[in-house]
Amino acid sequence: MIRLALRMLLGDTSKLFGIVMGVTLASLVITQQGSIFVGIMSRTYAVVSDMGAPDIWVMDPKVQYIDDVKPLQDTELFRVRGVEGVAWAAPLYKGLTRARLEDGTFQNCVILGLEDSTLTGGPPRMLEGKVSDLRRADAVIVDQIGATTRFARRDADGRSTPLRVGDEMELNDRRAVVVGISGNTRSFQSQPLIYTTYSRATAFVPKERKLLSFVLVTAGEGVDPASLCRRISMETGLAAYTREEFKGKTVRYFLENTGIPINFGIAVGLGFFVGTVITGFMFFNFTMDNLRYFGTLKAMGAPGGRLLSMVVVQAVWVALVGYGMGVGLAALMGQLSKGSPLAFHMPWQLLVVSGLATLIISLTAAVVSMHKVLSLEPAAVFKG
Amino acid sequence: MAVVADKPAVWCKGVVKTYGKGDAAVRALRGVDLEVHRGELLMLVGPSGCGKTTLISVIAGVLDRDGGECSVLGEDFRALGPAGTTRFRAKNVGFVFQAFNLIPTLTIADNVSVPLLINGVRRQEAHRAACEMLEKVGLGARTGELPNRLSGGQQQRVAIARALVHGPRLLVCDEPTSALDHATGGKVMELLAGVAKQGGLSLVVVTHDARIFEFADRIAEMDDGRIVRLSAGQSHKHAAAAPQQGAK
Repeated sequence: MIRLALRMLLGDTSKLFGIVMGVTLASLVITQQGSIFVGIMSRTYAVVSDMGAPDIWVMDPKVQYIDDVKPLQDTELFRVRGVEGVAWAAPLYKGLTRARLEDGTFQNCVILGLEDSTLTGGPPRMLEGKVSDLRRADAVIVDQIGATTRFARRDADGRSTPLRVGDEMELNDRRAVVVGISGNTRSFQSQPLIYTTYSRATAFVPKERKLLSFVLVTAGEGVDPASLCRRISMETGLAAYTREEFKGKTVRYFLENTGIPINFGIAVGLGFFVGTVITGFMFFNFTMDNLRYFGTLKAMGAPGGRLLSMVVVQAVWVALVGYGMGVGLAALMGQLSKGSPLAFHMPWQLLVVSGLATLIISLTAAVVSMHKVLSLEPAAVFKG
Repeated sequence: MAVVADKPAVWCKGVVKTYGKGDAAVRALRGVDLEVHRGELLMLVGPSGCGKTTLISVIAGVLDRDGGECSVLGEDFRALGPAGTTRFRAKNVGFVFQAFNLIPTLTIADNVSVPLLINGVRRQEAHRAACEMLEKVGLGARTGELPNRLSGGQQQRVAIARALVHGPRLLVCDEPTSALDHATGGKVMELLAGVAKQGGLSLVVVTHDARIFEFADRIAEMDDGRIVRLSAGQSHKHAAAAPQQGAK
């Protein structure tokens, strides 16, 4: 009977196309918009992701997310280093500054100051130069995206020339020389990223009483980072989070304080709604067209449960095929947008959610049809 | 056609069926008394709306009666309950419909195997039995074709094969020839009558088509929800008809 149900479905090509397209459309919109949403959200903690080395981020307890810097006194670094279980702790400066380029234009950028001696927290990968080049006078490393976009020089004919190693710029009226180009994750703010040493970074920015943004900590061997976080908090009064916790905290901030989730939620919801309506309508039409045959089967002694299973099999088949096509198209779009500014990240969790949503759409459509099949009076088949 | 057993296949006494309630109530059956013997071909005739379809629906167990008594092959559907009635229908009743009701996306062999699949027969076995039955109705060479490739008469033969494949003891036919021309209708009826005679099953045929009355053992004439006259048919004329002489 299962095979029979599928033959009934597959035999009507035009209707099948309509139903599958409805599910595909819904699956595509949900997965694609979901992937962009996840991509954008993952950009909010790009700095944390790119800084692979530390297990733990220590900060002022009032910090809400990575860009919400509330400076600490430099002495806090030594207090953290004194906590049992800390293998090492390094200072990190993170702030905003304005760069004056060689052609006289100004550009806002994020500056990261790494511990002078160890350069802990440096770029995830270097495309040109070495991280150790930061030890040279006035040295800075610029991320590739910044170097090719905001920091790029515009010629008179409109052509742009990327910032290169050896180029100079001014940061707060101080000379800075580009010694390397780094490969970084695109950030949410899309501002160019400049790496330099901690002491130079604090010289590049206006003087403040407190300048230490974060303390980066690595746990000693065999020390659980989560318990070390609790110990650091208890002993120093500062907030300490593991890398994943800090990412989560940053994402939560953006979810709770920006309109991004609502905007994407509407798009995803619309995809779900439109998909449900289209699929429901097409599936209902399909069942109505086949109602005579379902009635015939019922009259011939097919139990209601058997007929229901036929409808469910048809719905699940449609869901699987539509889901596969929708996800495939979404993945293709993601692949094609690689290297573009479009944020696109498709984790397996999203595929599960999108798969469940697609199944719900198809089963909702099936439920509407099932009602019709179940309430069908078998005697109706004699009425022509 | 001779009656092959003493106990009737269908026995109805004072069967009542009403559709709707209050002022909108329509009394479709107003106390029907009827017996259909085993191996008998009984035709139900009468004007539209006289209750013929309602009566075969009650007899086939696809519609509950409101009153009276009715036993089909020794079973009372009320005693069997809905699930029992469904099982009973699957095993014992074959259906032939006016519009054939063949599933258009299935081959004719698959269509014929449906009652066997409903009864839990394995697919390969059901398919083999369906092909054998199609052979018997003269369509053995076309088992892989879709119904819409066949003529009306051939489609009705497929429907008959489907109604017979699981070896039912009662065949219920609703206007089996109304969509066919006279010659084709006659051949379809020859096939039905032949099958009934060979298999000893009982047939209840609802029809408006006076041209096929000659195939009936008895004719029950209905009017206004009652059987108003019961007369002998002329089935002896077709006693020699065989299933293979089906319509084209």
